[in-house]
Amino acid sequence: MLTIVCPNCGPRAVEEFRFGGELPQPPDRLTDDFDRDLDRVWMFTNADGVQTERWFHEAGCHRWHTAQRDTTVDRFID
Amino acid sequence: MNEFVETLLELTWHEPKSSYDVVIIGGGGHGLATAYYLATRHGITNVAVIEADYIGSGNSGRNTTIIRANYGIPESIRFYNHSVDLYRNLEAETGCRIMHANKGLIWMAHTESGMRAERSRVQLNNACGVETVLVDPIEIKRLCPQVDLTGGGRYPVLGASFHVPGSTARHDRVVWAYAQGAMHRGVHVLQGTSVTGLLRDGDRVVGVKTSRGDISAGIVMSAVGGDVSTIAAHAGLRLPVRTHPLQAFVTNGYAQGLGPIVSSTDLLCYVSQTARGQMLIGHEFERESSYSRQSSFQFLQSCSLKMAYLLPFVRNLKILRQWTGRCDISADFSPIMGFTGVEGLVITTGWGTWGFKGIPAGGEQMAELIATGRTPDLIAPFALSRFAADHPMADQGSTGTR
Ligand SMILES: Cc1cc2nc3c(=O)[nH]c(=O)nc-3n(C[C@H](O)[C@H](O)[C@H](O)COP(=O)(O)OP(=O)(O)OC[C@H]3O[C@@H](n4cnc5c(N)ncnc54)[C@H](O)[C@@H]3O)c2cc1C
Ligand SMILES: [Zn+2]
Repeated sequence: MLTIVCPNCGPRAVEEFRFGGELPQPPDRLTDDFDRDLDRVWMFTNADGVQTERWFHEAGCHRWHTAQRDTTVDRFID
Repeated sequence: MNEFVETLLELTWHEPKSSYDVVIIGGGGHGLATAYYLATRHGITNVAVIEADYIGSGNSGRNTTIIRANYGIPESIRFYNHSVDLYRNLEAETGCRIMHANKGLIWMAHTESGMRAERSRVQLNNACGVETVLVDPIEIKRLCPQVDLTGGGRYPVLGASFHVPGSTARHDRVVWAYAQGAMHRGVHVLQGTSVTGLLRDGDRVVGVKTSRGDISAGIVMSAVGGDVSTIAAHAGLRLPVRTHPLQAFVTNGYAQGLGPIVSSTDLLCYVSQTARGQMLIGHEFERESSYSRQSSFQFLQSCSLKMAYLLPFVRNLKILRQWTGRCDISADFSPIMGFTGVEGLVITTGWGTWGFKGIPAGGEQMAELIATGRTPDLIAPFALSRFAADHPMADQGSTGTR
């Protein structure tokens, strides 16, 4: 994984970006407010497969974008 | 062939039974140590350890083997100090030579804020009965003459904390010592068998689905390292854990001796010398979570550069091998041990990049928890429920260099 495609700037070296981690997505089955907050703050799907995640283009446009990556092989999905 | 290998050849391997009192998923150090202590401390031997690959194929056979207790919160210092003690007696107890060597550990700081952190570490360690002392640059030079105190002109060494009990031990021998001790007492170790699901009876976990058929169990423990979220998902459980790769490499032999383990809290890299004289070098984990074990040239470049600032002699060495493990990094950088809220399923995880040193104490305490059904005091602060209670055991500063 050497380049990341920024929606604003196009393909750039991975070093220009900061990893923002998986997009917090509490499962629908959690209905209690506390449980949803707890999940949002602390819990992760940590998928061995496709993960929806956030990236920040620190050395570029200074904007966040959302991308999908297959964590099993560490490759972006376009 | 040495004595150690000869005793291993006497081990008996078994076909899986349809049921065990305890099923442990994962034949790494934590799974095998738990089985060992169940058998030796509690007489519980109707136990299977199920390993997808070969035992020690996960992080327990890939780490840089540093054992220490110089943590930054009292709960961790106490826990790891107990593990340091168990390691000290492990050869005598198991009769296996694990090549345990007490070398001392220099944690260098290059900034004023780094020095402040080391000063408070020293005070807290001493308050908890752990021998860590503050050393100035002259003392560092005495402990390890190879250190360049100017840090290559870029990272001047202001001082360090010196952790006297810092040690190393041969990682795969630790794994095999526990496996052998458990198997000689009747524990089944099933290699090449992967757990593909959990057997449920209502909400309760009552066994495991494996590539060699279903196995029922009185209680199931997950000790699968970086794969923990996959196992937990089978029980509908979400965890405060992310899987990150961690790389390391080893050089050819360095003709002289490097006394202590040397690490830099600011540069986030560290080195120890193996019994063969090689330099074993490691770094911080990769920032992107991933299950890939791909090693990178970029890592070799940046890590060797930093190491050459601190120990210029490494410039003349050659890199022999590099490898990668998948680490279960917990959200607060402390281990997670104990009950999960799902009946019949207990867990040991969050060992991240720092769990080799915790193998003896982690195994001993989890065995007690399984045998008695109660959480031992030493690991009570590390229960999964701490996150819901808003009481995380945050200690990232102490994990930076394993
Ligand atoms: C490069 C590197 C350097 C490190 N350096 C240090 C250090 O210096 N000091 C330190 O204290 N710690 C260090 N660590 C961390 C340490 O290695 C780990 O925390 C520790 O080994 C974890 O042991 P474990 O038994 O929990 O997991 P592992 O040893 O990873 O064992 C888990 C086992 O579970 C098996 N498994 C997974 N899924 C399944 C399944 N579905 N069915 C059956 N089996 C399964 C795997 O094959 C694996 O063998 C380092 C780690 C790495 C990668
Ligand atoms: Zn951009």
